[in-house]
Amino acid sequence: MEPLDGNAIGGLLHELFGAEMTTATGVCAGCGAVAQVAETVVYVQAPGTVVRCRSCTSVLMVVVERRGVRCVDLLGLVSLEEAKVAPGS
Amino acid sequence: MARAAVQRRLSWQVATVDEFVDETPRVKTIVLEVPDWPGHRAGQHLDVRLTAEDGYRAEREYSIASAPGEPVAITVERLEDGEVSPYLTEELRPGDGLELRGPIGGYFVWDADGGGPLLLVAGGSGVVPLRAMIRHRQRSGSDTPVRLLYSSRTLADVIYRAELDGVGDGVEVVHTLTREQPPDWTGHARRVDRELLEEVAWPPGEGSIAFVCGPTSFVEVVAKGLVELGYPPERVKTERFGATGR
Repeated sequence: MEPLDGNAIGGLLHELFGAEMTTATGVCAGCGAVAQVAETVVYVQAPGTVVRCRSCTSVLMVVVERRGVRCVDLLGLVSLEEAKVAPGS
Repeated sequence: MARAAVQRRLSWQVATVDEFVDETPRVKTIVLEVPDWPGHRAGQHLDVRLTAEDGYRAEREYSIASAPGEPVAITVERLEDGEVSPYLTEELRPGDGLELRGPIGGYFVWDADGGGPLLLVAGGSGVVPLRAMIRHRQRSGSDTPVRLLYSSRTLADVIYRAELDGVGDGVEVVHTLTREQPPDWTGHARRVDRELLEEVAWPPGEGSIAFVCGPTSFVEVVAKGLVELGYPPERVKTERFGATGR
């Protein structure tokens, strides 16, 4: 299956972080690219959700669920900052 | 309102199905009554969750088809091998409950004061969030010029056809039919490529914003084409959906 983008995990990330995250800005630990979560490459097929950098394809984020517990790996990100103000407002 | 929505906790709730609207032989709009709905922005989506008797759950995202202020509606294309869409389009009845959470997303959204002109590019059911933007523009009295370039396989597959034919002032709709065209068809008859984009798109600059929604491969071609035409990448908003298994 073709990958999607970060819009597809807006609900999952809102659940994990308690906020709208598709407009959050992440910095890739692999290449330093700065992008909003919505712009990343997302694989949603099991066994987990894998988020990759659109510039260098490094893994930024992995979310796996096991027996009802969500494990979140953010090692591929230097930083992940929630948008201060919704864009356009 | 937007900021309040950002901070809001996202919880599952049970909506009630109000009515169905047949859009094409394979596509239906489902109008919902959602008891605890904080309001949405044009372009946002919601998550739908189905739970089987044995506890197995399937979740899918659907773009919200209605404008802010209208009853919440989603438009669903039935995929033959899908787990969720055949249930939503064939089994579900008015009065039934449907578990959902939303609204979700803040990137692929357009507010009436969000600038433009707008270039909307849709592949298949990618037209759904763009239709919400067009309705939002009409309802809010915005005079932002809009062009919609909409790629469908055949004329029968065009979602919201009558509505788009009548949108009127300030909104131009350009169709292309990629697989089969009626004998008297005068519109475009090929996949969206760079030449077609060049013909339809507003000149880059002057505040033009593009929203592109469709299957992944479609979005890649269009987004790349627009950047080559001079659109700054940050003014090309993209949303990709899976073509299978939905």
